[in-house]
Amino acid sequence: MAKVPVQFRLNGSDRAAFADPADNLLTVLRRGLNDFGPKYGCGQGTCGTCSVLVDGELRLACLTLAASCEGASIETVSGMADGPNLHPLQQAFMEHFAAQCGFCTPGMLTAAKALLARNPNPSRDEIIDGIAGNICRCTGYEPIIAAIESVARGAAAGQRR
Amino acid sequence: MARFRGRGMASVNYPIGMNLGGDPSQALIHSNPDGKFTVALSAIDLGQGMKQVTRQVAAETLGVPIEDVYVDTADSDTGPHDMGSFASRGTHRMGNAVIAAAREARGVLLEAAAEELEVNAADLVTDGKGNIHVKGAPSRSITVRATAQAAQFKQGKTIAGRGIFLIPLSSVDPETGEMNPNTAFAHACLVADVEVDDETGEVTVLGMNSAYELGRVINPKMVEQQLVGGAWMGISHALYETPEPYYPNPDHGPRDFNEYLMPGPGDIAPYSIAILERPAPDGPFGGKGPGEMCANPVLPAIANAVYNAVGVRVNDLPITPEKILRGIRANGGAKPQARRGGAL
Repeated sequence: MAKVPVQFRLNGSDRAAFADPADNLLTVLRRGLNDFGPKYGCGQGTCGTCSVLVDGELRLACLTLAASCEGASIETVSGMADGPNLHPLQQAFMEHFAAQCGFCTPGMLTAAKALLARNPNPSRDEIIDGIAGNICRCTGYEPIIAAIESVARGAAAGQRR
Repeated sequence: MARFRGRGMASVNYPIGMNLGGDPSQALIHSNPDGKFTVALSAIDLGQGMKQVTRQVAAETLGVPIEDVYVDTADSDTGPHDMGSFASRGTHRMGNAVIAAAREARGVLLEAAAEELEVNAADLVTDGKGNIHVKGAPSRSITVRATAQAAQFKQGKTIAGRGIFLIPLSSVDPETGEMNPNTAFAHACLVADVEVDDETGEVTVLGMNSAYELGRVINPKMVEQQLVGGAWMGISHALYETPEPYYPNPDHGPRDFNEYLMPGPGDIAPYSIAILERPAPDGPFGGKGPGEMCANPVLPAIANAVYNAVGVRVNDLPITPEKILRGIRANGGAKPQARRGGAL
């Protein structure tokens, strides 16, 4: 099938790629644009490690057609840090030992970012709900939840000041 | 119809490593011209933290900052031989091999420094911050980096070390049946509290408490991480996961992650762990390692808790709602068992 051009903003930069109309976003990000932040896990929308933000909305890149992202703004885990300065969630994941093998981490960080964007002060249950679409095969959910909780509490404390 | 609570416990004496024809691990360490060290291993870090633990062990033995050690497990074709990452052997076997390699490399490092400082290598010590100096005279010093460069470009020396740790094959004595397959045992005891619904057959894990004796805990946060995560794998093996639910009949097996049940973030229950350290005489800095033992006692503890709750003894895993309901029906109803130690 003839390839079609796809243009979108990726982590703040205008990017373009030629994609098969049936290509999913994950394939275009990884193979077309060399953004290896989002991982290929199950390829069927179950594990969540390919999670990205499309116009601020949490999406599974493996189930999103790349062509449908024309003109969109896409954020991946690769764009979370500000140069050498880690995003507060990344910092908290480090401090809480929230990564073991690390394969789920890009999706967990992205899901957590989406959660805090729409709900800056989530309860523990809301955090669990926010990452319910992400599987951690090391079963290290507890430190991941603790890391997200610490950022939420820190942000809430910052608002009160 | 009701929910029944039950408590079960299990203890484990867990052998570290295995003994099928001997159990060797090799490590190679060399310095780079910038004074940093590369540790080559062929055992793979599957997320259990072996790279971090061997990095700590190498840095401590070499006497250099941990930032200056890189552990490379990239290629088992070109790396030194290793039996592999299994049998909970990583910390113990690879840790010991890394110590042996680091000792040899440290010897060459101090010889090279001695040549530069024109002193006897036996009088030199490291400060762990990247410097080598004469014992009692910190001003007579040279950096590890300058030493590595001198070795490389002036002395023509390779700052390197080879290490192997081998548990030799232990054969069975034909007369007595005795053998000594293991040198280090770790220990644990775990108590699980569950609730069983006699209408749906579902088991909810309410909480777990455990004590683990692992030898020297080389990285406390990673041990905690492994014990907590591993316990959830144990719960998952006990209650959810199987590729062949009607084994040996292969029908109805899961085909993908949608059908293969795994615990998610909402399935976790409170879990507290007491970690006890009795350093192993032959372990790296006394370490044995948690390994598979994180999950092992969870399975019998939950099976016992289910029996305690409704009187159904499930002998094959996972303990599915179907098996519990069939057991309850065969017994003519839920039969809660007596429990010592009071209410849950």
